Amino acid sequence: MKYQTQKIALAYFLTAMALFAVQVTLGLIMGWIYVDGNFLTEILPFNVARMLHTNSLIVWLLLGFFGAAYYLIPEESEREIHSPTLAYIQLAIFVIGTLGVVLTYFFNLFEGNFLLGREGREFLEQPKWVKAGIVVAALIFLFNISMTVLKGRKTAITNIMLLGLWGLALLFLFAFVNPSNLALDKQYWWYVVHLWVEGTWELVMAGILGFLMLKLTGVDREIVEKWMYVIAALALFSGILGTGHHYYWIGTPGYWQWIGSIFSSLEVIPFFAMMAFAFVMVWKGRRDHPNKAALLWSLGCAVLAFFGAGVWGFLHTLHGVNFYTHGTQITAAHGHLAFFGAYVALNLAIISYAMPQLRGRDPYNQVLNMASFWLMSGGMLFMTFTLTFAGTVQTHLQRVNGEYFMDVQDQLWIFYVMRFGSGVAVVLGALLFIYAIVAPRREVIKPGPVVEQAAE
Amino acid sequence: MAQVAREELPHDLMIWVLIVSEMLVFGAGLWAFLAVRITDPPGFAEAATHLHPVSAGIGTILLVTSGLFAAIGAQRNSARWLLLAALGGLAFLWLKSHEWSSLIAAQISTETHPFFTFYYLLTGFHAAHVVAGIVILAIVALRRRSAEISAGVAFWHLVDLVWVAVFPVIYLMGAA
Repeated sequence: MKYQTQKIALAYFLTAMALFAVQVTLGLIMGWIYVDGNFLTEILPFNVARMLHTNSLIVWLLLGFFGAAYYLIPEESEREIHSPTLAYIQLAIFVIGTLGVVLTYFFNLFEGNFLLGREGREFLEQPKWVKAGIVVAALIFLFNISMTVLKGRKTAITNIMLLGLWGLALLFLFAFVNPSNLALDKQYWWYVVHLWVEGTWELVMAGILGFLMLKLTGVDREIVEKWMYVIAALALFSGILGTGHHYYWIGTPGYWQWIGSIFSSLEVIPFFAMMAFAFVMVWKGRRDHPNKAALLWSLGCAVLAFFGAGVWGFLHTLHGVNFYTHGTQITAAHGHLAFFGAYVALNLAIISYAMPQLRGRDPYNQVLNMASFWLMSGGMLFMTFTLTFAGTVQTHLQRVNGEYFMDVQDQLWIFYVMRFGSGVAVVLGALLFIYAIVAPRREVIKPGPVVEQAAE
Repeated sequence: MAQVAREELPHDLMIWVLIVSEMLVFGAGLWAFLAVRITDPPGFAEAATHLHPVSAGIGTILLVTSGLFAAIGAQRNSARWLLLAALGGLAFLWLKSHEWSSLIAAQISTETHPFFTFYYLLTGFHAAHVVAGIVILAIVALRRRSAEISAGVAFWHLVDLVWVAVFPVIYLMGAA
């Protein structure tokens, strides 16, 4: 750690990890509700559990991004963060907002209230005062980061990170646009939901992955930057009009079917480029960085993002296919692997890289951390497969044969049991990860003797 | 080897990323048009009779000539030729707006027939690129930096090339 203010990241990462634990635990509870529909119906209705599961995911990923920015921007800009106090105020606003959200969802005391009431839009259910808090916190963050970058060195990594983070914050303003016409409501809703994960977040991903590759592989900055600009350009070129794949069946004009199909098919390319980037850098790199866990998560992120976001996204993005599959478990399969691969693994990669330095524990092999990678990723892949099979069966029974939704759900029971099992693996992996970065003081495994043998 | 090849690439790498991406998009659009056409050849042929291949042909000549002007402008680093190329683009847009307004007057919209969904999408996207190309040509003509001029002209050639693919598929296949 070269700069004192990088320490800010520690508070962000720890808060993010606490929410990560909450998020996966709620996922496990919901996994059981799929198996036994009456589980906890009175205490924790499914819709509330789902809101908490998705909202806590988004919040902890954002906290991870903020932490990543506070960690890597000082190193890139070669100066301390403009104001550490503001950074901690920003975190406090997020924590208070999160608590407010949890209480509002659980007890729903102010139903219908303009300022305090729960808002009914999926993923944007937060009451208005929390949304306003998010905007204030985002403004504080952007001010803090931009001031640091403006006064310091400007690199491709800081440029692309800033572009992504500014875009992310500005697009969130559409969370306040809520027309009573449901088609228009959805149209603006996707400006936040889609243009985050398939636009601005990809830029943040490219920025963080670029930083990690620079540090872990030791490849020339010039080469990393060239890749990053290409990836950012491809992401925006395909992702912005790729929004069209959400406009197939919501009442928007029919031409969106072709715009969405064509542009979102191209969305596979930036994810492929990111995977190629990560592997080419590792092959070209001459640096043997001791933090193997961070490298494992970085490569895992690039690969799983390509499959989860790229391949599983393409699977149902053409409107002729999507006509049958939309809103089935196919979507759930894609959503889980895409979020895990692209953004969860990305955050865990930067956390694995930064934590040993933030806590002064270098050198550090993090074998437990690597075990958690295989446990979590294996669990998530298995979950993706079971949900994909469930979705395929569901599509046929429900959309082709026209059977009733709940009759079909009964027939999917065996898949939900298997999904619950994979969920247990993911939760254990997540808890192991958190333990691995928080608890062990020293962990260096000596490599065994290498036997030189002639290749046969 | 790969390193050598990249150094030999004329113009900036990013303009090639853009050109290839654009060709993928327009290519996919044209292939989709041809695929949907198979489902209803008589409907597509009938729809195409509402277009004016001759006027579109004049537009093609305008655009290709303007591409020649742009190439001369790049070779001679001349603002006058580049602006002349941009003027060709404006003339093309003028023709295009006439074509659209006559179709709209005949109450033909994107929902009238799949042919017109593709027609409006492809010609509309292309026209948006013509507008962007005109702006780019004007900017690089005023700044007179040779690297920027060659990148801008490369984009203008792409706009030409796309039109040369759109023209026969949309306008001539129906007439044939």
